[in-house]
Amino acid sequence: MPQFEAGRFDCIVIGAGHAGAEAAYASAKMGASTLVLTMNLDMIAFMPCNPSLGGPAKGIVVREIDALGGVMAKVIDKTHIQMRLLNTGKGPAVRALRAQADKVLYQQEMKRILEEEPNLTLRQGVVEQLIVEDDEIKGVVTQIGAIFRAKTVIITTGTFLRGEVIIGDLKYSSGPNNQMPSIKLAEHLQELGLQTVRFKTGTPPRINSNSIDYSKTEIQPGDDVPRSFSYETTEFIVDQLPCWLTYTTPETHEIINENLHLSPMYSGMIKGKGPSYCPSIEDKIVRFADKSRHQIFLEPEGRNTKEVYVQGLSTSLPEHIQHRLIASVPGLEKAEMMRAGYAIEYDSIIATQLWPTLETKKIKNLYTAGQINGTSGYEEAAAQGLMAGINAACNVLGKEEVVLGRSDAYIGVLIDDLVTKGTSEPYRLLTSRAEYRLLLRHDNADMRLTEIGYQNGMISEERHTKFLAKKAQIDAEIDHLRKVTVKPTEEIQAIIAEVGGTALREPMKAADLLKRPEMKYSELRKVVPPLEEINEEVAEQVEIFIKYEGYIEKSMQQVARMKKMENKRIPENIDYDAISGIAKEAKANLKEVQPLSIAQASRISGVNPADISILLVYIEQGKIAKVSG
Amino acid sequence: MHFDTIAAISTPMGEGAIAIVRLSGDDAWKIADRIFQSPAAKPLCEQPSHTIHYGHLHDPATEELVEEVMVSIMKAPKTFTREDIVEINCHGGITSVNRVLQLVLTEGARLAEPGEFTKRAFLNGRIDLSQAEAVMDLIRAKTDKAMNVALNQMEGKLSHLIGELRQALLETLAQVEVNIDYPEYDDVEEVTIPLMIEKGTWVMDEIDELLRTSSQGKILREGLSTVIVGRPNVGKSSLLNSLVQENKAIVTDVAGTTRDIIEEYVNVRGVPLRLVDTAGIRETEDIVERIGVERSRKVLKEADLILLMVNSSEALTDEDERLFEVVAGMDMLVIVNKTDLPTKIDLERVYEVAGRDRVITTSILQEQGITELEEAIATLFFEGSLESNDLTYVSNARHISLLKQARNTINDAVQAAQAGVPVDMIQIDVTRTWEILGEIIGDTVQDSLIKELFSKFCLGK
Repeated sequence: MPQFEAGRFDCIVIGAGHAGAEAAYASAKMGASTLVLTMNLDMIAFMPCNPSLGGPAKGIVVREIDALGGVMAKVIDKTHIQMRLLNTGKGPAVRALRAQADKVLYQQEMKRILEEEPNLTLRQGVVEQLIVEDDEIKGVVTQIGAIFRAKTVIITTGTFLRGEVIIGDLKYSSGPNNQMPSIKLAEHLQELGLQTVRFKTGTPPRINSNSIDYSKTEIQPGDDVPRSFSYETTEFIVDQLPCWLTYTTPETHEIINENLHLSPMYSGMIKGKGPSYCPSIEDKIVRFADKSRHQIFLEPEGRNTKEVYVQGLSTSLPEHIQHRLIASVPGLEKAEMMRAGYAIEYDSIIATQLWPTLETKKIKNLYTAGQINGTSGYEEAAAQGLMAGINAACNVLGKEEVVLGRSDAYIGVLIDDLVTKGTSEPYRLLTSRAEYRLLLRHDNADMRLTEIGYQNGMISEERHTKFLAKKAQIDAEIDHLRKVTVKPTEEIQAIIAEVGGTALREPMKAADLLKRPEMKYSELRKVVPPLEEINEEVAEQVEIFIKYEGYIEKSMQQVARMKKMENKRIPENIDYDAISGIAKEAKANLKEVQPLSIAQASRISGVNPADISILLVYIEQGKIAKVSG
Repeated sequence: MHFDTIAAISTPMGEGAIAIVRLSGDDAWKIADRIFQSPAAKPLCEQPSHTIHYGHLHDPATEELVEEVMVSIMKAPKTFTREDIVEINCHGGITSVNRVLQLVLTEGARLAEPGEFTKRAFLNGRIDLSQAEAVMDLIRAKTDKAMNVALNQMEGKLSHLIGELRQALLETLAQVEVNIDYPEYDDVEEVTIPLMIEKGTWVMDEIDELLRTSSQGKILREGLSTVIVGRPNVGKSSLLNSLVQENKAIVTDVAGTTRDIIEEYVNVRGVPLRLVDTAGIRETEDIVERIGVERSRKVLKEADLILLMVNSSEALTDEDERLFEVVAGMDMLVIVNKTDLPTKIDLERVYEVAGRDRVITTSILQEQGITELEEAIATLFFEGSLESNDLTYVSNARHISLLKQARNTINDAVQAAQAGVPVDMIQIDVTRTWEILGEIIGDTVQDSLIKELFSKFCLGK
């Protein structure tokens, strides 16, 4: 096929899902001329599974994306049908927002934002080949022979690489939701020497809302206070749609048990490794046979559609069995199935082949982000897209690349886990993956990351000024509360009595009084008015900081210990084979991951403390040699 | 370069007039000040560097007097490691030096890894390049060895118990995590504060119990309880007298609560022995005959070490065989006494029962074989770490100090729970406890929690 030169860019993003959209936006915003190539422009930021964003850990990631200047938070704030703050009954470390999205509006809004971005070009096209010279990326070639040249390329192909949809004993080559799979690119990546692994994921059936008998289900409304993911959102959606809860029945379980032989999961047809946190209904019933019922959430897919997502019923059983399954659930007896559930298998890149910037080690200036790196979830994808976009732009603009630490952000935890440990199944963020989750809160994402976003040109001057003012207010008020003494007046005793505390016997610093578990800042503020008027966001920061100071302090100490090891850099040209004494397995893993710091090295599986000691000694020895030589 | 503060016994283990516990790191002086009191009453931090001070060590927790010591203080960089160093000179002997080590570990020092002082000296630029390779070998060899010893040393019971505690903590944690990561998931019991208190208190009680009864701790504080058994007239009293005379007795004739029991404390090559029920031995009574096989087995089982004596000049009797049967499987040495007389005993049979390296031939009367016996006792105790005897003690002190840390963190968790702190905060201390306990048995893989999560609970969409 004849090829032709089609254009030159600083950065090309292949794919426009959640990773691609974020990557393209970031790179363009930072000033790199950016091209997005996608198979189908109508599928930008499509949600092939749950019509929802956020939740524990993931919701915090969306806040982090916003603090860094990404777009996901702003888009969902404009297009959700319901929003809730989860874990409000627990401590501040684990609170998180979740939104139900209007799928179609979400896509439209994201597309609009990308279209309006001046440095960004959107183009429909299928990339089949990369142009690589001397292990360095130079551009891409599409299926019609168009050559686009670029300094950097970001691949965000999600589950499209050699995608195969499986329903019962039916298996066909396909991307999610019957889109075109990407086969030639998958083969090409292997030719280039990138190692891949086969993963699997799945989605439940969708049904028509008009055919649901909601009277047999429980309503699950959104919060009645306005919520938003983005720190910049000022307009809130008031009109919300509820979700509905129902349960599987013994009949459901019977149908599954009788038809297990028809499930590709059990017939051996699916070989890819699926995520254990997102099991199919057949998996749940086999593995947890003693459970008499499982929850099923009915989630509307949008305001202008009757399609309802049946959360909890992810399955790859044949379509006729899926009909029976649905009918066995209270409220769904007459439900009309609009789309069947299915499993999808796909190639993903073994993520230990990436640097923490998400650049591939093998091919310079080539980045991969999103589900292609073995993750699952829109938020995980978007976070990687954002970081790959920022780093590709930094690369082009000659700026220092951005790598977030495990104590900076959930995004840092996510990427470090991926590139250091790899993953044996689709990776999902959980709060328990974060060692310092008390520091990585929903409420302080801006405090942690706005400055980094600003430094990279992702945050406007106006927003940055506001941020600095907020920060100053918080510091001033904390300081104020530490200095002010509360005397045992009648007023304060009444407040203390009301919250169920023990009366003050002698004067006490306001901060110490606030440390009492039962004391609330909203109450204390009546007696100790702030220096200047503060909004709820500031008040929240002040309260959390003072109340949990002891725990925050403990976490900070842990971080300080880790940082010491993080600051011990491992020279790029280190020859692990030349180091005597490191155990064989550790050596092999170190060579594969090529950790940048001692801290990262210590997180690699199979590397034990003795190996780290030896590595330290070796590195110090190298330094001494250089100084004396 | 900045590291945490480490400590170790830096004199060879065993009998010596003095022993030295060395601390190195930023907090070395601070830690010493917390436990050291001198007649001058001036804190060490205010004293000039490279000076030595007389005083006493106190345990800040119990206000108890621990040791009479000389303390040398040295400020960086003119020290071995180029860090702040404190050297505590205390009385020689395992019991006292270990108490000092435990005290500094409790006060915040970390037990040094093998070769770590040297390593720091190197990393801080104190040692030249040619020594680097040697340091690496040292780290590799000693770490592996330390791990082996630590593993061998773990009493099955202790490791089992710690495993149980960790499992209980892990289950609690998994429940907390499920509540956090899957908030609307309905069939996981919300880990309420009362449950957290209940579990935490249970773990704390168990750790307390462990600290009280762990045999390692007992050995360090009280010495190995040792029983001499054998037929009448085989030479038990002579052996006892010989051990007591030859070795300076730490405490003598402590009257027990029961009329008959008298304990002798002796120190054999650095191994503290507590010779139990010596009255019985003196009366040359046959323990098996007196109380029967089963009961005597029970009595003997409580001993850490058994010295079984047989008569070289006579053939083995039924009584000897009964004793063999009783002590089978216990930690013991067989002493074949009276080698000054013609040998009539079937030595092969004795070897078969005890194993050749557990058999010592002596003539207590002619003072022969005593040295060999003492060596055998020491070897038995320091088994697996012959040339670096300290390892046994080191890992003991390590376990005790980790258990104490674990106790403190779980105590923090319980207190926070009682004060109404949110569960996810308390979880921080519970996790820490789980990790510390894991260090004892060499297992702190973070992924286990996530595995537990998905194996126990049915989650997902």
